[in-house]
Amino acid sequence: MADAGSILGNAVMRLEDPELLTGAGRYVHDLESPGAARVVFVRSSIAHGLLRSVDVDGARGMPGVVAVYHAGGDDLGLMPFQSFPMLAESFNRPVFARDRVRFVGDIVAAVVAETGPQAVDAAEAVVVEIDPLPVVVSQEAALASEAPLLFPDHGSNVCFATSFGEDEDPLEGAEVVAEVAMVSQRLAGVPMESNGCLMVPGDPPAGITCWISHQAPHSVQPALVGVLGLEPEAVRVVCPWVGGGFGPKAAVYVEFLVAAAAALQLSRPVKWVETRSEDMVALVQGRDYVMNAKLGLTRDAKIVGLDANVVASGGAYPALGAVLPMLTQMMVVGVYDIPKVRFQGATAVTNTTPVGAYRGAGRPEATQLIERVLDVAADQMGVDPAEIRRRNFLDPAAFPLTTITGGAYDSGEYAKALDAALVAAGYDELRSEQARRRAAGESVQLGIGVSAYVEVTAPLGLHTEYGAVEVHEDGTASMAVGTSSHGQGHHTAFAMVASDVLGIPMDKIRLVNSDTAAVPRGSGTLGSRSLQTAGNAVLAASQVVLVRARQIAAHELEASPDDIVVGEGGVHVAGMPGRTVLWEQVAAASRDASRLPPGLEPGPLRHEGDFDGTNSTFPFGAHVSVVDVDTETGKVTMRRHIAVDDCGRILNPLLVRGQQHGGIAQGAAQALFEWVQYDGDGNPLTTNLMDYAIPAASELPSFEASNTETDSPRNPLGAKGIGESGTIGSTPAIQNAVVDALSHLGVRHIDMPCTPERVWQAITDATREAQR
Amino acid sequence: MKVRMTVNDKTEEHDVEDRQLLVHFIRETVGLTGTNIGCDTSSCGACTVLLDGESVKSCTVLAAQADGCAITTIEGLANSDGTLHPVQQAFHEHHGLQCGYCTPGMVMAAVSLIAEHGQLTEAEVREGLEGNLCRCTGYHNIVKAVLAASGSEVHA
Repeated sequence: MADAGSILGNAVMRLEDPELLTGAGRYVHDLESPGAARVVFVRSSIAHGLLRSVDVDGARGMPGVVAVYHAGGDDLGLMPFQSFPMLAESFNRPVFARDRVRFVGDIVAAVVAETGPQAVDAAEAVVVEIDPLPVVVSQEAALASEAPLLFPDHGSNVCFATSFGEDEDPLEGAEVVAEVAMVSQRLAGVPMESNGCLMVPGDPPAGITCWISHQAPHSVQPALVGVLGLEPEAVRVVCPWVGGGFGPKAAVYVEFLVAAAAALQLSRPVKWVETRSEDMVALVQGRDYVMNAKLGLTRDAKIVGLDANVVASGGAYPALGAVLPMLTQMMVVGVYDIPKVRFQGATAVTNTTPVGAYRGAGRPEATQLIERVLDVAADQMGVDPAEIRRRNFLDPAAFPLTTITGGAYDSGEYAKALDAALVAAGYDELRSEQARRRAAGESVQLGIGVSAYVEVTAPLGLHTEYGAVEVHEDGTASMAVGTSSHGQGHHTAFAMVASDVLGIPMDKIRLVNSDTAAVPRGSGTLGSRSLQTAGNAVLAASQVVLVRARQIAAHELEASPDDIVVGEGGVHVAGMPGRTVLWEQVAAASRDASRLPPGLEPGPLRHEGDFDGTNSTFPFGAHVSVVDVDTETGKVTMRRHIAVDDCGRILNPLLVRGQQHGGIAQGAAQALFEWVQYDGDGNPLTTNLMDYAIPAASELPSFEASNTETDSPRNPLGAKGIGESGTIGSTPAIQNAVVDALSHLGVRHIDMPCTPERVWQAITDATREAQR
Repeated sequence: MKVRMTVNDKTEEHDVEDRQLLVHFIRETVGLTGTNIGCDTSSCGACTVLLDGESVKSCTVLAAQADGCAITTIEGLANSDGTLHPVQQAFHEHHGLQCGYCTPGMVMAAVSLIAEHGQLTEAEVREGLEGNLCRCTGYHNIVKAVLAASGSEVHA
């Protein structure tokens, strides 16, 4: 725990708020640049087809049109783009579709005009001829023999595969086998601010500044450098305020490449403002797994082995989403001691929007897989869902440990979180109420769903990060980090850390991030990695700055550095605050050789470094969902949601709570509401916020979120990520609750989203089956 | 055509295209970008402003229809001395915003809701804000903030 008097661990209100609450914060869409032209994309309305012709003559003559780009004409010299380095180059995406279109939304042409409306009008005038080809919508269809190939040169629709424990039958010796086939349906990220960019050439000279709405500017910068053929220092990428990301805004978009290349060619700024309906086909989507799980157990409900199979859809041009079955494989054992595992994962390309990372990214799928099959086993064996989990938890004494599937878990006390959740829920009373409603045959039944989860944050090698701290001659400080805040409250969180070390008030500490010209390197904000990486980098840099400050002040005060402590406005000899050397003075002295002790070089009062957490961290927790299910209509109403999430030591409970709430809502959204759908021809059916049902306030309850705190040993702050836990824990708890409400009727499984239609159908099917 | 209205008590008189939406008038013609656009189906409420004191999604109104009206946007809500409006202050205190993109619309909708109904219950807040979508907060803290601003007691 933090020392007495420390700010750490307190619910400190956000420094970010005043600007955002008054409308002063500027998002990319709000930025203007003199002379900026607007680019609008002409997208394929056919899911799969041969591109016969693109006639842009009509568009060229339209009012205000500056340029039209497409593969058959001026294509800006853009080479096919590789979305993720682990994938075969044969899946590279032609920036402008060449001989073939592969999804509704594929870019056929781009129109640049003086104004947005002119660009829209001209884009309408581009005439595209496409001969439709047979369409592959689902991953199962993509893997069928004789399936049409999206990339005939590659020879297969499989773009990624991963497996574990292939040779052994993990169910050998099992006395009971539970099996469930399930779907983690495709979701859209829907950040409230859609995608967009403003590319401004000539700044730096002979270069370009790229304003983008993004989570990871340092990942976009090298992609732009490569494509534009400029020196790295000539390409500056900046994210202003960003209106939500949730994973999809961590991808590099070909739209950025087009806008930047056009801006350079035309020597004028080019802006792209994505519309929502465009966003619903162009922004990478999430999930889309078809899964099967078989769990072997002994008669006393101890797990013997797990046999799991997942097939993911990568969409038309595979990206990060295609390799996520790798993370699913690692996390598939969850919080349980599972002696034997067989896992087979594959990803197929389909004629749909590409799949990327979306809040959870590979871990919600793993958690759903194990948590659903455990509930099926519990139901089958007549064991309470909480009890079956308790019997199989990994032993807290065994940490740190590496699981059979390679998860290097740092710390965990899974029973503690589950017990806390059960107590908070009043689990036994809920079960009594459920029994009462069942006995009474009430039309609205009570469902109680339990999940216990562990997830991985700062995954995929993303556990190092850059951070710098400087105290300036005006007494303020600044922190530069390689993460990229877009709603998480990093300014507040990191300022708490620096302020705790240096004693400088938080409102005098600036955050510099999201700008490749101001921060030399970074991996951005994704995978719930920011506090544990950049937060610790800020901590380390602050501490080094303090060491220097103490040396400087000790020299000035003719004291020993060991006796110098932080005080009001500066540093002083312990017990003698009357002779404080103000931060202004320390910072000035730091640059002045005449005021420095021997051995110190003059320079800014600053330190930069890279924090290395050595590995990922593994947050965990337990959720209890309480739902009403109307057996006559199939409607599910969330009554309560209890979440106990352990993200290590908590820096700011206000921010943690906010992440829990948002995560739970997005988990509930998958369990009950959202589903990106296509018809049989690959036409997307959910391309706006009327057809794609992100939940409103009226559809959710208030949440009962709390925490246990189990330090991570992998970083001095003891922190683990919290961004995705709510989503990972809540989804299977809610799905389990819906099934639990109906298990006495014979319902064994309902796929997500558990819509009234599906729930009603499941009840009807089970009732018919029972009557046979 | 020519339109004339007040935006945050300042008279704005401009020539606009017939098809221009009020939200584009506010953002592009007047240059106040606090009012955001989050969809193209009038679903999200990010563009909510007050028109003659009542909340309206400014993407559902033509600039021409607002001729002669008084518009209040998020920029016009705080006092001139910078003190936040009670609803803004409640959002701050209860962590009712994260990325901030839905916030201006959400705040304006809440101001109107409270003006109309006074002290609110949780159910009334949730129903009253169902036209405003937020992707970050799960609404929990927004609801708390609006309850508090309406004079109701709030719990964790």
